Amino acid sequence: MNPPRDKTFLRVEGLRKRFGATAALDGVELEIAEGELFALLGGSGCGKSTLLRCLAGLEQPDAGRVLLAGQDITAMPAFARPVNMMFQSYALFPHMDVAGNIAFGLRQDRLPKRDIAERVAAMLSLVQLEGFGGRRPSQLSGGQRARVALARALAKRPRLLLLDEPLSALDRNLREAMQRELVGIQARTGTTFVVVTHDQQEAMAMATRLAVMDRGRLVQVGRPAEVYEQPNSRFVAEFLGAANILEGTVTASGAEGQHIAGPGFGILAAGSAAPGAQVAVAIRPERLRLERAPMPAPPAPNQARGTLRGVAYRGEGFTFHVVLEGGAELRVSQPNQRRVTEAPVAPGEPVLVSWDDEAPVVLTS
Amino acid sequence: MSAQALRRLVLAVPALWMAAFFLAPFAILLTIAFGQVSEGLPPYTPPLRQTPEGWRFVPSAESFALLLEDPFYIEALLRSFRVAAVSAALCLLLGYPMALAIARAPERARMQLLLLVMLPFWTSFLLRITAWIGILQDQGWLNAALLALGVIAEPIPLLYSEFALYLGMTYGYLPFAVLPLYASLSRQDPDLLQAAADLGATPFRAFLQVTLPLSLPGLLAAFLLVFIPAAGEFVIPELLGGPSAQLVGRVLWTEFFQNRDWPLASALALALLVLLVAPIVLLQRRLGGA
Repeated sequence: MNPPRDKTFLRVEGLRKRFGATAALDGVELEIAEGELFALLGGSGCGKSTLLRCLAGLEQPDAGRVLLAGQDITAMPAFARPVNMMFQSYALFPHMDVAGNIAFGLRQDRLPKRDIAERVAAMLSLVQLEGFGGRRPSQLSGGQRARVALARALAKRPRLLLLDEPLSALDRNLREAMQRELVGIQARTGTTFVVVTHDQQEAMAMATRLAVMDRGRLVQVGRPAEVYEQPNSRFVAEFLGAANILEGTVTASGAEGQHIAGPGFGILAAGSAAPGAQVAVAIRPERLRLERAPMPAPPAPNQARGTLRGVAYRGEGFTFHVVLEGGAELRVSQPNQRRVTEAPVAPGEPVLVSWDDEAPVVLTS
Repeated sequence: MSAQALRRLVLAVPALWMAAFFLAPFAILLTIAFGQVSEGLPPYTPPLRQTPEGWRFVPSAESFALLLEDPFYIEALLRSFRVAAVSAALCLLLGYPMALAIARAPERARMQLLLLVMLPFWTSFLLRITAWIGILQDQGWLNAALLALGVIAEPIPLLYSEFALYLGMTYGYLPFAVLPLYASLSRQDPDLLQAAADLGATPFRAFLQVTLPLSLPGLLAAFLLVFIPAAGEFVIPELLGGPSAQLVGRVLWTEFFQNRDWPLASALALALLVLLVAPIVLLQRRLGGA
């Protein structure tokens, strides 16, 4: 889903960047609307940070253009861009106090002293650090440093804020609290955020839209639920959450969809591939149901038969590891809705796995 | 051997070293400084000496009094400090861009560039300073080159001047400035400069507001590393400087070896030591408190 053309605020056209033999960016096309909280998601080395740094002007692309509000800023140096960035390392100036750090960008614009003091105070209250203006970065906790870095990046009221792994240095509880806070601040200031993260939970929890990157390309772009529910590729399915991938052959296509069969399973999924076609299907572990197999019988559509190999107790639920007759493996996760500590099926037992019609997604690449 | 005994042994080595090569000479210096000039070998009488009435401690402050009375010595000290300060400043001015360039060079080139900075140490210091005489004298290479190019009509006197003195000092001590500056600059987080640029600072302003203030400890270290040995430098002013350059190193030499006034020379050496060490101790205490 791309935003309507007239509302496009940031546009990236054919961006390419090579580092030696590797293509960090391999023809990236992207449109982001004003006020979005857009997440760039991918593993390390996928090019997401390079893309962000090209937006900030800290990296010069080999080819392509970056347009901000219709203006081509590709050749504009970083210090001239109306864009600010929150660095992964926070990059706070150790020789300045918190107020000095927040005021740094404003001083470059040679704002009057009184205006700077007012803005610094407003920023400190925005990130709930009132009274911390005189502290040195070395005297702050990790969470407080993240807040200072955010306040400093927002102080110049940029129309576009870039966040490079903003919360990766924080422990899990603090990270979740800061995610909510970032979303709140984004909504209050109306600033367009582009967040780079390798944490898919973080991307899905925060973003209005996200892009999954792999080897310098945007593999899929859309709302978090869209991308999670309808991954277009094996990479996206496996990167965003957990996924079972079953490979089978289309046996029949009709009005109700396509029948796909493989050793130990049968699938009825949307689509109409020609019979005989090889397809890969993704099914999320939480969409699967598991029961002790009643009696040997060929699997009906949207069923699989196999043997339970192992059970992992995760506290919030169980993960069952099932091996199908043909050797394919399935992960089945079941929430612990009642207080159960004993798995309902024991390893070694034959099991029947089933799912609803809309659970399987045929992968296109 | 227990771990504690081992630790004591390891710590004893530097302690013994300091005792043998710093404290003992210092004590000898003190003894001589409070002694009196006399004929003979050694050419002084120590403050603790055997008299007909037995062992007596008779310290003499004569040499210190002479230091304060005769403006010659104080002027030599002040002149030495001025020369050392100007030399250190010149080394910083030249060394800072060098250190910055090395710190920002590609990682593979850095070690080679540092090696180039240290390369002069592989040749004798005396030889290198003597080589400057060959370059600077009236029939030297520099004058010959300038004459050949037609820049000058007759040789200009370069050697035995303030110019030659500062040239030699800067040349000799430059590596001592580059190394601590490099150590300080290469430790700076490159993200900080990117953050400065991102916040609107032009490269020059980012240098003034981020790189320079963060390198102040390195600048201080580099200054002291040049200033302290330069203040007592003997060879360079002797070989390249003019006759008017009565620096404290030359005065020490004269008092020890020509006038054979060991107490006065020792008192002067002590004064130099105290004047060099006291500000550093005070500075360290202030920085340590901050």
